[in-house]
Amino acid sequence: MAWAAKGGNLDSSGANVHDMASVQRGAATFVNYCQHCHSAEFMRYERLRQDLGLTEEQVLENLAFGDQELADYMLSPITTEQATEWFDAPAPDLSLTARSRGGNWIYTFLRGFYLDEEGWNNTVQEHSSMPHVLWELQGIQRPIYETETAGDGQERRVLVGLELAQDGLMSTTEYDRKVRDLVAYMEYMAEPAILQRKRVGIWVMLFLSLLTFMSYLVYKEFWKDIK
Amino acid sequence: MSTSKEDLSSVQPATDTSRRRFLTATTAVVGAIGVGFAAWPFVANWKPSARARIVGAPVEVYIGNLEPGGLTRIEWRGQTIGIMRRTDRMVEELEGLSDRLRDPESEVVDQQPEYARNTHRSLRPDVLVFNMHCTHLGCIPQVFPEVESQPFDANWRGGFYCPCHRSTFDLAGRVFRGVPAARNLLIPPYRFLDDNTVVVGEDPEQGVA
Amino acid sequence: MAKPDSAINQRVQAVGQWIDDRFPISDFWKQHISEYYAPKNFNLWYFFGSLAMLVLVNQIVTGIFLTMHYKPDAELAFASVEYIMRDVEWGWLIRYMHSTGASLFFVVVYLHMFRALMYGSYQKPRELIWILGVTIYLVLMAESFMGYVLPWGQMSYWGAQVIISLFGAFPVVGDTLVEWIRGDYYVADATLNRFFALHVIALPLALLALVVLHLAALHEVGSNNPDGVEIKKLKNPDGVPVDGIPFHPYYTVKDLFGACFFLLIAAFIIFFWPEFGGYFIKADNFIEADNLVTPEHIPPVWYFTPFYAILQAVPDKLMGVILMGAAVMILYAVPWLDRSPVKSIRYKGWMSKVALALLAIAFVRLGMLGLAQDTNIWELRLWTFIYFAFFILMPIWTSLERTKPVPERVNYK
Repeated sequence: MAWAAKGGNLDSSGANVHDMASVQRGAATFVNYCQHCHSAEFMRYERLRQDLGLTEEQVLENLAFGDQELADYMLSPITTEQATEWFDAPAPDLSLTARSRGGNWIYTFLRGFYLDEEGWNNTVQEHSSMPHVLWELQGIQRPIYETETAGDGQERRVLVGLELAQDGLMSTTEYDRKVRDLVAYMEYMAEPAILQRKRVGIWVMLFLSLLTFMSYLVYKEFWKDIK
Repeated sequence: MSTSKEDLSSVQPATDTSRRRFLTATTAVVGAIGVGFAAWPFVANWKPSARARIVGAPVEVYIGNLEPGGLTRIEWRGQTIGIMRRTDRMVEELEGLSDRLRDPESEVVDQQPEYARNTHRSLRPDVLVFNMHCTHLGCIPQVFPEVESQPFDANWRGGFYCPCHRSTFDLAGRVFRGVPAARNLLIPPYRFLDDNTVVVGEDPEQGVA
Repeated sequence: MAKPDSAINQRVQAVGQWIDDRFPISDFWKQHISEYYAPKNFNLWYFFGSLAMLVLVNQIVTGIFLTMHYKPDAELAFASVEYIMRDVEWGWLIRYMHSTGASLFFVVVYLHMFRALMYGSYQKPRELIWILGVTIYLVLMAESFMGYVLPWGQMSYWGAQVIISLFGAFPVVGDTLVEWIRGDYYVADATLNRFFALHVIALPLALLALVVLHLAALHEVGSNNPDGVEIKKLKNPDGVPVDGIPFHPYYTVKDLFGACFFLLIAAFIIFFWPEFGGYFIKADNFIEADNLVTPEHIPPVWYFTPFYAILQAVPDKLMGVILMGAAVMILYAVPWLDRSPVKSIRYKGWMSKVALALLAIAFVRLGMLGLAQDTNIWELRLWTFIYFAFFILMPIWTSLERTKPVPERVNYK
């Protein structure tokens, strides 16, 4: 089982923001699981519709809440006050999380929940105030500990891995793929221009290569004069 | 070329410059194309942003409660758009005004969509949808719907009067002769969603303007 | 091709003459471009001056366009940057050109400065060019620091907090000074607003003026070269330096090639790697500024880190600030610290070569230490010592070492 040590290395998500099917599945996961509590205050449904190649009906029926319209931002239906009351802290906005935390962090975080004696915990963010909303899909993971002797001679219990104690609705592979799709979507959402950026970039690079080559010929031609 | 001359200058221009001129010219052309492409993002940067386009999206207006002869004002893309329900009498008045108007047949094509190039300048004779800003300097004209003598026109047949510089328009927004404004009032793209709902900003054949 | 005596050409010449009668434009062109004689032996290191100009133009043009959409308001700034990135047509490109340009500016300026140190371009008669250059560098640091604050992310905010706090180290006036710079009791809207003003108009004006002076001073005395030979000493009967070639067309075409190659690299970063692994745009800067939450680690942008490391080399805050200031200011003294009879590293002795190599290593290593979270204080002090030793000991080794004879003419091919 993929595994990240506390504060250590993160798993590579393998998410591909250019895989439109993956991003679309991720968008659905985001709306169905994340957006109940988290907003994406910089992301409009209309942008989502254009970039993901969806129709107005598809977006409004499957992705928008209540009477939200295409022009609206993807805001959560719950208020800051409610969130503060339920989770001690307002759920952070997720528009830019893939850029501030990184896709691998999200991937590892969402696969790193486990149940110990005190309750839910997470390998990436200890005692995260976020509940494991995907637990039904993933199942319940339990921690594996090893006892290590530290430099001062004291024995400490160290978390070395997780094991699936109770199966979820999905297999581990299916669950990993679901999270990967979500990460792909969140990477897109953090920078919607990424699609256009790379497309344009290839042409710019080709053009500049040609121009560099031509200007090199001109330079060499003129410098034949120099003795 | 003497040896001494060679010693005294690091530059000895080539005698045959055809290759040089060809390379310089082609590189200059390619470079100019590049500059053109590079300029585009900066030009396009001034276009209405995605936010402006969203804010300027078509507006739906319910006109079921608009009385005959009444006018309602809405805002679309920062412009005051008037929607007026004309009575039969008002529509009839439009017919006899041609020789007093500057452009009775709406020949200036930019002033209205193709479907509003008619005497009443509208999709339906009874409903006028128009941009209320005077085509002279952008003030908003006042509405004088009645047929009665006015200080600015003794033979007034009903229409719009701009208080800024005394331009006058009839009830189809057509400009009268001899006033500062030169063009008819602008008709925005619009369509009917149903009998009582107008969508301002969208042509009847789909497509956002 | 138009013949020289074609009608169009005659018209163009007439217009040219009309202007020339009123403004010496063709004299200017001759003096600074077509008959400005530069040594023919410039190498790779001589690209960075013109590249710095290119980046400066890029920063000004993209900056003007960003200003059209950005809001210098603590409530709106962060969202307005995202607005540029998402809603404004091509806003993302112009923003990345500006952010990438900022870092590349320092890349080319550092290489340009290293070139000057290598070939003794600061020596008589070019001391003023060097002084103006160091001043440009100082203004550039202020300019980029204030620009970095504008996106109003966590790194912008806490970077500003840390750097402004440095002024608090001054005895007696420190606290008052810090408050005056901020214009509030914490880094706030007033701070952002004034930094915006300085960033978009005051400092760019100063920068442009200094660049004009830098070039004017250069063209007065003429360019140095990798051999450190004064080409003006040997002129032909026409008064043209024998080893000099007209800047136009020879260096214009060469610099154009350099510019294209540089743009290729810049475009790769802009389009495929704009954060540059967090060195150009830091991940924490995608979180809006919050004066109640301090990020775990607040390293400055990479181009400040060598000086940031020097700041930490001494345990006393005031001493650290003084040391950091001295690390920059000591550059001004370089023309008078170098006692060598030769300019170029090619003809200096081995001590100069070792010293310059050590300086470069120290600078890079200090930069790495300034970025790192846990640094070995003794290593930090070692490199800081080497950095300063380079300058302080320069008069000694440059007068001690044996130099090689400088040739009459430059080496070419």
